[in-house]
Amino acid sequence: MRCLTDSGKITTDVDSLRSEIRDKSVRVIDVRREDDYKKDHISTAVNLPLANLLSDDSPDRVLKLVNSMGIDDETRVVVYDDTFGALASRVAWTLEYLGHSDVSLLETTYSNWKSLGLENDSQTPEIQNKEHSMKLQPDILATSDYLETAKQRDDVILIDNRERLNFLEQHIPGAISLPYRTLASSDKILRPKEDMKRLLDNRGVAGDSEIITYCGSVGTLSGLAYYALKTAGLPNAKLYVRSFKEWKSLQKPTVKQEDANYWDLSAE
Amino acid sequence: MTVSDLKQSTADSPKPKINWARMEEADNFAKTVKLFRQGKYDADSFRRFRLQHGAYGTRMTGDYAMVRVKLPAGEIYPHQFEKISQLSERYSIGSAHFSTRENIQLHWVILEDVSEIFRELAEVGLTSREACGNSVRNVMCSPMSGVCTAEEFDATPYALATAKFFLRNPMAQNLPRKFKFNFTCCEKHGMVRMVDVGLIPQIKEIDGTSQRGFKIFLGGGLGNRSFVGHQLEDFTPEEDLLYTSIAVMRIFDRLGDRKNLARNRMRYLVNDMGWEKFQNLVLKERAVVRATQSVITQLDVDHTPDEIKRPIRISDESGSGTPDGYTRWLKTNTETQKQSDYRTVFITLEAGDITSSQLHSLSDIIRDFSSEGKARAGFVQNVALRYVHEDDLPRLYSKLLEIGLAKSGALTMTAPIGCSGTTSCNLALTNSHRLAKEIQRKFLELKLDEDDDLRDSSIKISGCPNSCGQHGIATIGFFGGGARLGKDMYANYQMLLGGRSDGDTMLGQICHRVPAKRVIPVILKIIELFKEHKKPNDTLQSWIHRVATNSEDSEIKTLNDIKKAIDPLTIPPTKEEDPDFYLDYGSDTSYHTKTGKGECAA
Repeated sequence: MRCLTDSGKITTDVDSLRSEIRDKSVRVIDVRREDDYKKDHISTAVNLPLANLLSDDSPDRVLKLVNSMGIDDETRVVVYDDTFGALASRVAWTLEYLGHSDVSLLETTYSNWKSLGLENDSQTPEIQNKEHSMKLQPDILATSDYLETAKQRDDVILIDNRERLNFLEQHIPGAISLPYRTLASSDKILRPKEDMKRLLDNRGVAGDSEIITYCGSVGTLSGLAYYALKTAGLPNAKLYVRSFKEWKSLQKPTVKQEDANYWDLSAE
Repeated sequence: MTVSDLKQSTADSPKPKINWARMEEADNFAKTVKLFRQGKYDADSFRRFRLQHGAYGTRMTGDYAMVRVKLPAGEIYPHQFEKISQLSERYSIGSAHFSTRENIQLHWVILEDVSEIFRELAEVGLTSREACGNSVRNVMCSPMSGVCTAEEFDATPYALATAKFFLRNPMAQNLPRKFKFNFTCCEKHGMVRMVDVGLIPQIKEIDGTSQRGFKIFLGGGLGNRSFVGHQLEDFTPEEDLLYTSIAVMRIFDRLGDRKNLARNRMRYLVNDMGWEKFQNLVLKERAVVRATQSVITQLDVDHTPDEIKRPIRISDESGSGTPDGYTRWLKTNTETQKQSDYRTVFITLEAGDITSSQLHSLSDIIRDFSSEGKARAGFVQNVALRYVHEDDLPRLYSKLLEIGLAKSGALTMTAPIGCSGTTSCNLALTNSHRLAKEIQRKFLELKLDEDDDLRDSSIKISGCPNSCGQHGIATIGFFGGGARLGKDMYANYQMLLGGRSDGDTMLGQICHRVPAKRVIPVILKIIELFKEHKKPNDTLQSWIHRVATNSEDSEIKTLNDIKKAIDPLTIPPTKEEDPDFYLDYGSDTSYHTKTGKGECAA
């Protein structure tokens, strides 16, 4: 089993990031939209809007993006967003898949960073291209074919991170529901370790099982869950990155909670 | 996550006086669920344990539960709203539900997550303990208690003290069946004759001094069979409140039917025994209780007055003018208080449902607008903000508009009650919940909330005969069932007319069967008949009351005359003529009845 980062840190706290920025020992990636980034961002951060990454996330393209952000194999990377960590997780996971080992999530969102009055500006840093190697990590990726076979096994747990109503309406057979909102605490993108462990343990997500996460379409919410599992000390996680959208388009089997009009309980 | 998620409750906002929670119950629940899943705890014992902790079963599945959070006396504080908001998006469906008994319910919760909810509720002093099962359920109090112009004194501290006394009390852990207390403010705001123990505060001059006490009603209740409660005695002084409560519960505990669970609420005992005999037993038992208390037991009634402090305005958007719809909302959603310059504002919900973001916004709105710094759940799946200064009402309305909670009609017939029905309940036969929402949308569109003649009427809908939607005390009540034409089934309701829960409490009387998709036209037809035949000063309620009690002298004299008039609307078309008729609301597949096991009797 591999560890996420060299230091084993899944999230980076605010104070550590500030000192790393001062020491120039970190590459910070802001994954918000370009307009938002241009207004202001964490000082020294580069911009990689998630939509830009998703327009083509083939390894060759990702390698080019990584090089252009001045990241080589040794660069420490911290990713943040303003979407409770879900978009940042998808970018961090992509770097990890490429073979970058030292990547971590800012423990909080940009809005919170700003509301704490911490360093931000609107300057775009000058970046020198670097050369990153490509050592793909297929063991953190689940494809639909892989998932279809793997979920027959007893030691594989499949987690759906969409909202509860979507899960009730339709999900991959055998999946358990763990809505993404469950993963956060009131001020951090992920619960503290012990809290997360207790939550997952109650749900039978523990031990040596292989755990595959999925969400609605592009692996953002389930990306956050991928890191949540790691904070709980469950490293054997895979992301079904193409998620439910692909599963449905491939017309693979789904199940539904029958005989109840749960949508009508929603106030929206 | 937004910044406001992180905001701590401001230092000067009032704190709850009572912490209802016990953190260790969360761990215990988690452990017990595990044992149950491992087969080390039998299903019946587990069900009783689960219900005792306030987690109810869910329609057609053992994987989910509904957590019923109690709000004793209906009180809820801003930071508690924030917590319910978080819980609803973490563990439930992104919405929460205000019930008719001042609980907030979280539906479709995974059984293994219930303990996490308990844990987080404990952080804000709330519990769901004894919200289900054979226990003393949430102690209700009128949302107008303390502000009602007609009340003699505020019953809220007594309701809270009663809740505190019985919660986790050994004598209330294994009653023959559930047991309910309702406190109210006055006769008009009612609900005291439809419950095991109903109490109206009353002041009496005794030997030249005025003495606080209650009018106590016993043995009422709604259900498969409903009964109206009886007044125990002319006046029960406040020091006898607890002794009376204990005496009644001891009799019920001793004599209640523990075998026939379908008819073992206390009202059946009272009915079977006869009121006079039961009344005598209570009075004797009370004398025994009073005499045999080894120490003097009294309710711990906290009379510290709440601080009323108008929130400070940070900014004032004056000059923006009164927004559209304000006058209509003011008329149909607010009540004057006995305190001059203040009003109580009722928020219109759709069948009690509210989104997590609305809950979150409401917490700020309470801090900014309620001079008592908290809110009260109401009797009809709604929530009230009290002590809103008259001058602040237009701005409050604007704020409510922004979050989609400014619908008018809260205090009128256009806000029907609908139990959860087939959205989550095992016993339901129809989607009563959605029907209530459909009626509300249609009637607000027709502006029926502005019609003064309809204001004091009510519509209440249950998805089965078991009265959770309180159909028996509605001016126009419905309970669900199935019917068929040939081999084709459709959702159908039994309609009752003339029910009420005030000083003239009576149960609605069966009038006619109405198919689900004909309920709206039938109500409109009844309104039309009323408008044709009403006398000056009549309201729909007073007119129906006369018809239902055979004291009307116009062309429509009896319920049978109403039945004849609406009959053409109730005839089912064939499936070929109108396929939609055969679909219940919220469903796109053919209607069929399907039920699981109920858990009202644990």
